[in-house]
Amino acid sequence: MLRYLLIRALSLSLSLVVASIVIFAVIEVIPGDPAAFMLGLNATEDAIANLRAELGLGGSLVERYVSWITGMLQGDFGTSYTYRVPVGELIADRIWVSLPLAIFALILSTLIAIPVGIIAATNRGNGGDFAIMGLTQLGIAVPNFWFAMLLVLLFAVTLSWFSAGGFPGWDNPGPALKSLVLPAIALALPQASILARVMRSALIETLDQDYIRTARARGLSRGETIRRHALRNALIPVLTIIGLQFSFLLAGAIIIENVFFLPGLGRLVFQGITQRDLVVVESVTMLLVFAVIVVTFLVDIAYAIVDPRLRRK
Amino acid sequence: MTKHLRLSAAVLALTAGAAFAQQSTITIGMQLEPPMLDPTGGAAAAIDEVVYANVFEGLTRFASDGSVVPGLAESWEISEDGTTYTFTLRDGVTFHDGEAMTAEDVVFSLDRARAEDTTNAQAALFANIVSVEAVDDTTVVVTLDGPDGAFLFDMAWGDAVIVDPASAEGNATNPIGTGPFRFVEWRQGDSIELARNDDYWGEPVALEGATFRFISDPNAAFAAMMAGDVDAFPVFPAPETLAQFEGNPQFNVLVGSTEGETILAMNHGSEALQDVRVREAISHAINRQDIIDGAMFGYGTPIGTHFAPHNPDYVDLTANSDFDPDRARELLAEAGVENLTLRLMLPPPSYARRGGEIIASQLRDVGIETEITNLEWAQWLEQVFRGYDFDLTIVSHTEPMDINIYARPEYYFQYDSAEFQSLMDQLNVETNPEQRGALLRQAQELISTDYVNAYLFQLAKTGVANANIEGLWENSPTQAIDLTGVSWTQ
Repeated sequence: MLRYLLIRALSLSLSLVVASIVIFAVIEVIPGDPAAFMLGLNATEDAIANLRAELGLGGSLVERYVSWITGMLQGDFGTSYTYRVPVGELIADRIWVSLPLAIFALILSTLIAIPVGIIAATNRGNGGDFAIMGLTQLGIAVPNFWFAMLLVLLFAVTLSWFSAGGFPGWDNPGPALKSLVLPAIALALPQASILARVMRSALIETLDQDYIRTARARGLSRGETIRRHALRNALIPVLTIIGLQFSFLLAGAIIIENVFFLPGLGRLVFQGITQRDLVVVESVTMLLVFAVIVVTFLVDIAYAIVDPRLRRK
Repeated sequence: MTKHLRLSAAVLALTAGAAFAQQSTITIGMQLEPPMLDPTGGAAAAIDEVVYANVFEGLTRFASDGSVVPGLAESWEISEDGTTYTFTLRDGVTFHDGEAMTAEDVVFSLDRARAEDTTNAQAALFANIVSVEAVDDTTVVVTLDGPDGAFLFDMAWGDAVIVDPASAEGNATNPIGTGPFRFVEWRQGDSIELARNDDYWGEPVALEGATFRFISDPNAAFAAMMAGDVDAFPVFPAPETLAQFEGNPQFNVLVGSTEGETILAMNHGSEALQDVRVREAISHAINRQDIIDGAMFGYGTPIGTHFAPHNPDYVDLTANSDFDPDRARELLAEAGVENLTLRLMLPPPSYARRGGEIIASQLRDVGIETEITNLEWAQWLEQVFRGYDFDLTIVSHTEPMDINIYARPEYYFQYDSAEFQSLMDQLNVETNPEQRGALLRQAQELISTDYVNAYLFQLAKTGVANANIEGLWENSPTQAIDLTGVSWTQ
């Protein structure tokens, strides 16, 4: 078990190093000068040069990479060119929107998907299964920004139950949570659809196994068989998908953040790219890679807990 | 008796309800978030939209009709030779941190903007200042290296506001000015909050506070307006939905003019475009109304030169480049140009992206092919604006009174005309308004008949507001959302 985890940890840290090099190289070659962008059309060359110096936009690629990495290792993410505040602060503000939103959406999607998937699998071939398969197909096909706009038009514009977007801050936990409801639903729907289908097929596969027949032959009820034998075995692919979905929700909520004008990480990166605020883009991207890797590692541990065979390896 | 009591209670409840409904704060929607809040250190329009006239003030300021009126300077005297300006400052002006605003602050602010190590985006505005001296607490003398008819106008820009030496460095994140609103909080990515400055020197504003909310997605902007989350969206990003607001008595649609001359800029460094006949042909190939209708949903005024139509000195020269594809083909044949392919670089705004497609098809019609490349702003600045690597591009020049860019041969379209440059030299030293008007008209004619660029239309400002709000600027003489005169009517 320990060896398995060690090997996983090693390979994941290697991915981090490779990712940092790729991110830095790709972002630094984007054409565009942040100083020229900030000063606009009428700026004099001198003013642009002064601003470049002030922002510390000098030095070779290697020098900048080394200072970026050493800074990050010490917890210093650098200073945003455009906002003029430490990137760490910017991320700290935004993560309290993105992280709760991702968790909220993930909980919603799991709570919907697992029972729905089980119902579909146990009713395989009959009407309920067909209905669920049809609905989940629709859930995957519907673009989530479109679904989000429908939610806004219905619940904010027509019914006035929610505001159309924005985030009031955690000083008021009630309104803050409320402002995340519609975005979380919009994010959760396609994820729940995917997850339900995975749950269904994984369960159907295990239900066909010999040990299930054996369990039934030993006199276990159908429900008990599913609970004690089938479900546990079917959970591995479901866990994998949940892990992937969490990373996706954390980094990929950018479209939903735009529709609901939420100040999340996705929008921070998006603004950073258009304003050539390279430090922000690099640091947030790196943080997201780190988050994905940590989640992958946690999923690996979860496998080991669910599947004793992995523990012995 | 009980009945009477009940009645008065009901009346009380009613009046209380009415008092409650009388709003004293406003939520303004903006598409882009300012990168920071120091108007003396960046060119982003969003900075001025939040702080101009609200938080920061300069010696002079723009009124809603574009005229220049006294700001922190209550009056001024100009010497006979036009090179010395003596400003008398208002008494009892304080910054939001309580510091008094004195002549020393004016000296500091102007010296900082024109210093060697300046990072002012409009450093050229201050280039002709020789010295700034404080005579006493409320008197400042500014000496120029020659007469400058536009000096008071230049001092009205957001880039020329007066700041306090003690807080200047922190203005990017914690702006401290002299305006009728003070900065309260910036929730990055979400909103900026201002509150009324109770120690304001001038007439107190009606609003107690204002929140600027950043909504970049046009659909979200529409929903936020409809749901009442936002009270006004002065530059509304979804012009295609304006008809819906127009039909709704709860909303006012504000259509005004801006200082944005939208042009199809031509690179005079490109071989084919050095021939004035080719440039004229391109101008005649373009149907402005098609672009206004197709790209701007009908909002915009055709222009024939680089000048704002609402300016009294504007000359309508659209006839010089009227839509005449036959004439365009003739001119191309005369110039001996065949199989011409030009690179058309388009920055992100919809006037450029949508307009570019229309222009490409209009040019194809007269036999000019285009290769369209879509660029982000940062890339456009590097490649087109500073790198001269383009043939055609579409951009809206939003700076007020910027016809003088045609006197800069190194400016991105690289128009180099001694005649135009001498016109601008005369204009710079001319202080008589009538003479200035005549020179400006000549300048407009010259760039129009030289077909320097193809002039498309003046960008319209299309905004939406709750029908109970009054006092918002309809026009946009500078990129500002001036809340000083805004109030709720009920």
